[in-house]
Amino acid sequence: MEVAKLIDVTRTYTIGEVETHALRGVDLTIGEGEFTTLVGPSGSGKTTLLQLIGCLDMPTSGKVFINGQEATTMNRNQRADLRKGTIGFVFQFFALVPTLTAYENVELPLLLMGNKNHKARVMELLDAVDISDRADHRPDQLSGGQQQRVAVARALATNPKLILADEPTANLDTENGRQVMEIMAKLNKETGVTFVFATHDPRVIKYATRVVSLQDGLITKDENVNGKK
Amino acid sequence: MNYILKMSLRNLARNKRRSVFSALAITIGTALLLFMSATIRGEMRGALDLTINLYTGHLQIHAKDYKDSNMSLKRADMIESPVEIAQKIQGIPQVKTASPRLNASGVLAFKNETIGIQVIGIDPASTANDIYREGLVEGDFLTADDRVGVLVGLPLAESLGLSVGDSIDLIVNTSDGNADEQQFTIRGIYTTDTPGYDKVTIFMPLKKAQTITRTENYASMIYILLNNMDETDAVKAAIQAPGYEVEDWREMNKLIILVEQISNAMMVFFNLMVLGVTSTVIMNTLLMAVYERTREMGILGALGVKGRQIKLLFLTEATLLAVGGVLAGLVIGIPLVYYYSHIGFVVGDLGISANSGLMFGNVIYPDSTNLFDVVSISLAGIIITIVSGYYPASQASKLEPVEALHTNN
Repeated sequence: MEVAKLIDVTRTYTIGEVETHALRGVDLTIGEGEFTTLVGPSGSGKTTLLQLIGCLDMPTSGKVFINGQEATTMNRNQRADLRKGTIGFVFQFFALVPTLTAYENVELPLLLMGNKNHKARVMELLDAVDISDRADHRPDQLSGGQQQRVAVARALATNPKLILADEPTANLDTENGRQVMEIMAKLNKETGVTFVFATHDPRVIKYATRVVSLQDGLITKDENVNGKK
Repeated sequence: MNYILKMSLRNLARNKRRSVFSALAITIGTALLLFMSATIRGEMRGALDLTINLYTGHLQIHAKDYKDSNMSLKRADMIESPVEIAQKIQGIPQVKTASPRLNASGVLAFKNETIGIQVIGIDPASTANDIYREGLVEGDFLTADDRVGVLVGLPLAESLGLSVGDSIDLIVNTSDGNADEQQFTIRGIYTTDTPGYDKVTIFMPLKKAQTITRTENYASMIYILLNNMDETDAVKAAIQAPGYEVEDWREMNKLIILVEQISNAMMVFFNLMVLGVTSTVIMNTLLMAVYERTREMGILGALGVKGRQIKLLFLTEATLLAVGGVLAGLVIGIPLVYYYSHIGFVVGDLGISANSGLMFGNVIYPDSTNLFDVVSISLAGIIITIVSGYYPASQASKLEPVEALHTNN
């Protein structure tokens, strides 16, 4: 089952009179349960690709399908709805809402889904990322690693098909980076949720089942690793 | 608690000082407008009350062609046998008092100074003149058979250095078009706290005024006060005064009513001006917040929060600032109005002559009874603040998550 499918996708940014071709025609299919990393040097297009898969951005040309639905024909609100129920995000910076506690940050996507009986679910997720003892703490009272674990719990809150993580370990030290990756790998195995990472951190690549290499806006290599597909 | 309300409250608490100062702008605006509005209403109501009590009464009977401004002493412009007419009207149950008055213009001479005045002949025993009796600051009130006594106003006495017992010369116009000069003694000095009236008005007994003006058994008007001014129309309809005209306080105080309407219109503009300034503060605060929280909007967008929900978040913040600011404004403004409505504040002589038809006291008592002002100013404050928050909220709602996520704010 395909969770995401991109067909001949290009993305060109125009700043003033300068055009930058971030993606030049990418075909990519992400299957259910994959633990995929997008790798490549800075400017290769991996973050742009991740944003298109996440429906945060629209391609200049080509088509994007998420969970069988064509996102490229959707308006802004429809894409927001699609994200809300289908996609979770973990960002490089610890993108928690600063005024909400760890519990409330995880709770927020459930509230947006109209789920009112969510207390057990939130605590279960905080337990899963081993941060339930800090449930009442606000982001500025948590370390970077703890914040990123809360972000992972939040990304999982609505049982999404797909979690997209942009450089999730870039701002973490080795131990915290390892912990976050262990958690995500464990969740991938236990729940079957699909992960796609944009990274050039070898610590992340180590956990991947599939590595997609990009350079100058094109996929240059796509290989299954760690003996899994 | 609704998550938008919760986030709004916490966002406001995030930068407490800025939120407090923004709300303070609304607080000061609300309190100021409430006080201004109450003061202007109090001043206009006071002016109307003064004019009714001192001059026009709730109802007045006079000759058809009589005009207060020219104080005509022609027989055709006057009322014959006024005491008898007043007694009949006094019999109407809703009438508090009815009393004849004779108005004449004249000149007061004292030592080397002369000053233009109006002489009013009154029935000293009538309760219609309680306002002057109660306003005596020195000496005694007049008696009906006093042939040389007069009352002068405090500002007039002060400006000329007059005291009780002093003699003054009055030159008063007479019904035959001449003027008669006589010496009078100051029996008492009164004040109605209406400088424009007190400094030009001298009272003497009706009979003496009729004698000096040679108007015999005539008066300028019957001055009528009612127990309840709401009964004006009913009493007016009940008064039988063939050959004469009965005017009510509305007809006689058109200028004050017009000035009040203009004041109300001016207040609307003033309200909009003050609220415009406060709304600019709110707009600036929220625009700053949008700028500072751009990346946060990107995060919310990525989570699936829609543009309209982000707009609602900022509008809720604007509403909370507005409601908090307005409530604090009411907490300050209402007691302030209430306090000054009891003790008043002295504005002194506004320099408006009684002849202009406007009588302003030297103390303003703000009107503390006007619920309409409280409601309208509060609603206007809240609505204008929310409207001023709409632009920043719209800006926030239009942020593309992907762009917002890549800002440094």
